[in-house]
Amino acid sequence: MNGHGTIANELGVNGLWKQNPALIQMLGLCPTLAVSTSFVNAVSLGLATVVVMMIASTAVAVLRHVIPREIRIPVFILIIAGLVTVVDLLMNAYFHSLYLVLGIFVPLIVTNCIVLARVEAFAAKNRPDYAGLDALMMGLGLVWVLALIGAIREIIGQGTLFAGIEWIVPSWSAITLFGETSRGFLLAMLPPGAFIVLGFLVAAHNALTAWQKARTKKRTLAASAPAAPTPVGGEA
Amino acid sequence: MITAPYWRAPVSVTRVMGWVLLALIPAIVLHVIFFGPVLLAQLLLASVAAVAVEALLLWVRRRPVVSAITDLSALVTAWLLVLALPATVPWWLTLLGIVIAIGVAKQLYGGIGQNPFNPAMVAFAALIVSFPAELSRWPLPTTPVAWQWASFLGTPNVDALASATVLDTLRTAVHSGQAVSELLGRSPVFGTLSGAGYEWIAVAFLAGGLLLWLRGIIPGRLPFAFLLTLGVLSTLAWLVAPERFAPPWVHLFAYSTMLAAFFIITDPVSGVVTPRGQWVFAAGAALLVFLIRHFGQFPDGVAFAVLLMNLAAPWIEMKTQPRVFGEDHP
Repeated sequence: MNGHGTIANELGVNGLWKQNPALIQMLGLCPTLAVSTSFVNAVSLGLATVVVMMIASTAVAVLRHVIPREIRIPVFILIIAGLVTVVDLLMNAYFHSLYLVLGIFVPLIVTNCIVLARVEAFAAKNRPDYAGLDALMMGLGLVWVLALIGAIREIIGQGTLFAGIEWIVPSWSAITLFGETSRGFLLAMLPPGAFIVLGFLVAAHNALTAWQKARTKKRTLAASAPAAPTPVGGEA
Repeated sequence: MITAPYWRAPVSVTRVMGWVLLALIPAIVLHVIFFGPVLLAQLLLASVAAVAVEALLLWVRRRPVVSAITDLSALVTAWLLVLALPATVPWWLTLLGIVIAIGVAKQLYGGIGQNPFNPAMVAFAALIVSFPAELSRWPLPTTPVAWQWASFLGTPNVDALASATVLDTLRTAVHSGQAVSELLGRSPVFGTLSGAGYEWIAVAFLAGGLLLWLRGIIPGRLPFAFLLTLGVLSTLAWLVAPERFAPPWVHLFAYSTMLAAFFIITDPVSGVVTPRGQWVFAAGAALLVFLIRHFGQFPDGVAFAVLLMNLAAPWIEMKTQPRVFGEDHP
């Protein structure tokens, strides 16, 4: 594996698992918690964020030698805000019902700290291709956590999955689990439900990491075997 | 006259919890006499579930299981939750409440002595925001036992045989423009002082609570400050606007008031231990109960009031540390 591949691999592992923006860095929690009442809402906002992050990071990396250091933050915000406006108008035009549901959270991508964090911490110091890949991986790390929280909250809270999918693909419809008569556990849909589900996911992430570490240690002690491969997100 | 040295009887968790369970028995007996045996099924289900959940989580956390489940604390939480809920809630709702109380509010926070919030009240709050309809259907003394069993088993049925609590009924009526005096005594919900049947169970809570106080299990100032504050507030409000506010006896002998005064706010773990702080804690809880009952959205305010005061408890303790003898005044 050449140097380029190793870096790409590391960016992937960091974004999706080791430095996951939602589970480890705890950045961008406002949309994570507010919009994750259903799978479709969560994934759509997540993907919109990924698009903004990728273009913003690449653009900043390209312009990194041109932007004056002293005023870099306003410049970053301007670039991000311009991109968010484009995404906002596109969503309004092509997915209008979804746009109405997501409401203020689409424009608020501008203030999502994970976007600015990646731009400031990574894109402003690295090559455009790495910056774009880093933004993609960090964004996807946010998306899979958002998707999981959305799915869990939707299943527990109202007993459906993929509610609202008809806003994106008109011929599809939501799956109703446990029959028509069952009522959901409303707490999962309310704001506390978001915190509780996120808490359980963070705990699961910590437990898996601890277990992995313990296993690696045991193997290293038993024999001088190579370190265990990362089981999740490592197949870049 | 006994002279020193004294030999203090050892105070163990099991002993304290045993007395609390014993003090709840008069109320349970009266409940069964008024409303039938459904409550016993709820208590049995909740007790078994509480011990099972506690044992499972202790095993997962690799903590000693036997000593922790024989201290009776899980049973106290289970019984308090059952008594806080209407006796006719479906079985799965009780089960879910136990999982939240023991699993989340107690064990996930570190087990006995570590929980910042009263486990039974956390479960009650989670259930009331999720299932408000089920939690505002309280059986009446006239509700047939067969209907109560059907409701417990979760079979679909008409819900006209149970009703809201007195305070809930009053608040709904006042919000729709009726006067309190038009309602008092005119509805099967009302008894002599407060809720039909429930007022006597409240008296049994009072009796059990006095037993705990005499045995030194709970400090008397907590229920005293709670009832005093609630009594003063409701009296003032009633004197100022008798058509809008329920008379003080309705508040004081409401089922949830007496349960909270002697068995909920007296939880030493999630409450306050400094003497002056206990006055603040209990009075604050009573103020919040009064406000939430009259101006809130939910049928009763006890659970939310207690949880809010639990949040404030560390701060209250910090501000009310007793002066050590010899220490200067600040």
